[in-house]
Amino acid sequence: MSSIGSDFQQDFFRLFDLPLCFQLDTALLEQHYRALQVQFHPDKFSHLPEAEQRLSMQWSTRINEGYQTLRKPLNRARYLLALRGVDTQEETNTAMPLDFLMAQMEWREDIAAARQAKDDAALDGLADKLRQQTRSLEQQLGHLLDDEQDYLAAAGIVRKLKFFEKLAEEIASAFDELDH
Amino acid sequence: MALLQISEPGLSAAPHQHRLAIGIDLGTTNSLVATVRNGISLVLNDEHGRALLPSVVRYLADGAVQVGDAAQAVQSEDPVNTIVSVKRFMGRGLNDVGDVANLPYRFVDSPGMLQLRTIAGVKSPVEVSAEILKVLRDRAEQSLGGELVGAVITVPAYFDDAQRQATKDAARLAGLNVLRLLNEPTAAAIAYGLDNASEGIYAVYDLGGGTFDISILKLAKGVFEVLATNGDSALGGDDFDHRLYCWLLEKNRLSALGAHDTRALLTRARAAKEELTDRVETRITAVLGSGEMIDTAVTQEDFHAMTQNLVARTLQPMRRALRDAGLSVDEIKGVVMVGGSTRMPQVQRAVADFFKQVPLTNLDPDKVVALGAAIQANVLAGNRSEDDWLLLDVCPLSLGIETMGGLTEKIIPRNSTIPTARAQEFTTFKDGQTAMSVHVVQGERELVSDCRSLARFDLRGIPPMVAGSARIRVTYQIDADGLLSVSAREQSCGVEAHIVVKPSYGLSDAEITRMLQESHGHARDDMQARALREQQVEASQLLEAVVNALEQDGQSLLSADERAGIAAAMDELRARLQDGDHLVIKRAVGQLNDATVGFAQRRMDKSVSHALTGHKISELDN
Ligand SMILES: Nc1ncnc2c1ncn2[C@@H]1O[C@H](COP(=O)(O)OP(=O)(O)OP(=O)(O)O)[C@@H](O)[C@H]1O
Ligand SMILES: [Mg+2]
Repeated sequence: MSSIGSDFQQDFFRLFDLPLCFQLDTALLEQHYRALQVQFHPDKFSHLPEAEQRLSMQWSTRINEGYQTLRKPLNRARYLLALRGVDTQEETNTAMPLDFLMAQMEWREDIAAARQAKDDAALDGLADKLRQQTRSLEQQLGHLLDDEQDYLAAAGIVRKLKFFEKLAEEIASAFDELDH
Repeated sequence: MALLQISEPGLSAAPHQHRLAIGIDLGTTNSLVATVRNGISLVLNDEHGRALLPSVVRYLADGAVQVGDAAQAVQSEDPVNTIVSVKRFMGRGLNDVGDVANLPYRFVDSPGMLQLRTIAGVKSPVEVSAEILKVLRDRAEQSLGGELVGAVITVPAYFDDAQRQATKDAARLAGLNVLRLLNEPTAAAIAYGLDNASEGIYAVYDLGGGTFDISILKLAKGVFEVLATNGDSALGGDDFDHRLYCWLLEKNRLSALGAHDTRALLTRARAAKEELTDRVETRITAVLGSGEMIDTAVTQEDFHAMTQNLVARTLQPMRRALRDAGLSVDEIKGVVMVGGSTRMPQVQRAVADFFKQVPLTNLDPDKVVALGAAIQANVLAGNRSEDDWLLLDVCPLSLGIETMGGLTEKIIPRNSTIPTARAQEFTTFKDGQTAMSVHVVQGERELVSDCRSLARFDLRGIPPMVAGSARIRVTYQIDADGLLSVSAREQSCGVEAHIVVKPSYGLSDAEITRMLQESHGHARDDMQARALREQQVEASQLLEAVVNALEQDGQSLLSADERAGIAAAMDELRARLQDGDHLVIKRAVGQLNDATVGFAQRRMDKSVSHALTGHKISELDN
């Protein structure tokens, strides 16, 4: 038995009552997120019967999931493309431009070197640079998704951002290692 | 904003009776209980006016138990049976506890969690903690003069699933209805934030007797949002005592001591440590069992030097928490100090240096956690205050599963806002395969062997199919207590097997019942009477909630038949309420719960559509 009603399936943009587009008002997103949690968080149901407690946990979980999906640009783009029926082919399409792949190699080497040297200033520098490049790709995404409606090109950017996400994780784990 | 004004589901329209709820700070060194009375949070004292209950439990030969000051007073005379700092053993195996050789207990290694052999038998840390909780529960019941609807118990933010589960089990064993496990730094932030009506980003630095937590919170418009937390669940004042104790052994060229001497010197070391907070020098004197005399001077400088790397160990989690929150030091508006160990000047200096500001110490670091827990308990019990606020907390550690080659694959990253869930799809890799196993771990490291194992479970009963065609969806849910549950369903060919997995170290209901029956200090019929009262309280609460729900939505959301079904279950429960048997009431409660599941769902759907309508209105307003 599914314990979830029909509204549970609605998309996150509707849940947060935001227009279906990439460039969204993050302050409004946060405001609506908080307003929804104020209403559905398990803390508001703990004195109520079990069934209602369980439903509130499911809704609150979904609101958190939606917030994470819409808040992070890469997740948001993936989600938008999925709603449009576009497969981002992150696992299958590995044909990246050569210069992009070369740059990736360089990133990897720089991170590995900073990790080896336990050089947190260098890691900070790399993290900064990565943030800048990520932001510039995200701007392109906004243009492609909202203005051009060029979803295939957007999927290409998503694949690049996925590489950047991996790099960010590597930098984070290098930072974690510094602390060990 | 209009959205905020829509009434909440089940919110009782009629003013109801104040429900008695408590907050408990179950500390390594000291425990406290607090409650909200007339809108004010206050700590409840014992009959001698003492707020702090030392977290010390002594077992006696006749099965009697001493808790608190009485036990603390004799800890050096009866070290083996007097358990101090039991919190450090919660949810821990023998090999997790460093330096067992220097602890005066008779440990018993057992799967999941170590145990302690005492004169009254083998005790699990859960049972020892339950003794502390019982004393606080009795204190609260006496002082409030009524049945408690429940308690919020605080845990270190960095506690993992095993430690949280053990704490919850201890509370159940003590006969408490756990409304929520609340993270200690978050509790402190609630007490602090509501008191000061502060807005902005704050750090809470909590160094107690046995644990260290750092939490970064954003306080804005009635929402406490934890952005990141980090810590070390085995670092606290005890380690400072221990360092001084080892230094003392070295200084006096002593080798391993017996249990009595060890406990005596640890106690002296702790006293000296506390003195060195306000003084530049002190002496440690003791006579050992052998008759040997110890008289050693120790300066603040010596002490700071020998504990320097303990203080440094708190800086690493601070850096990580900031990084996870994506913040730099100058974005932190204030630093709140919690826990007795933050009184040490070298700690205050290190924190001030790190955050480039003087930490806030205007709250009593001993009491602030319990006060915050009481405020949260009051809200969770359904005693609503006008100033409505919400708490959004996170899980401290990443959740992962074991993949090929003993590596972990992260499925829920640390610092995810809870409740949270993640579903994963598995398939079979052999033809006709009917079972597979999943290993869930918690921790940040790449190798499974460096993480904590939470649960290993088998998915059985998969219908035999060609390799790769079964689709098994496994859902990992972390609830608002930070506790994990796992469910799985096979969803090809219409077969839906549903299992719920509980991590192996948690106690089952049957085990809790057995321990309750074995526990001393409570006669059997006393327990029965308690169980009956508890069931009655729960039943009345449920009836009240259903009456309210029917009043609000019964006409619009239910057919006459459905209403009659619910009414019948209510009548049944009302009729059973005066029966002397708690099991009969429990069954009737279960039946009423079942009868209202569909109704609850429709009500929830309705309020979700209302929430959306609320957005629409708010936009028209703008
Ligand atoms: N003046 C002082 N100087 C130094 N340390 C102190 C002082 N006062 C208390 N402490 C230490 O604080 C610790 C107890 O603090 P607290 O009561 O906050 O811990 P707790 O809540 O029991 O532990 P935890 O939160 O880790 O579970 C003990 O180690 C004690 O020695
Ligand atoms: Mg504490």
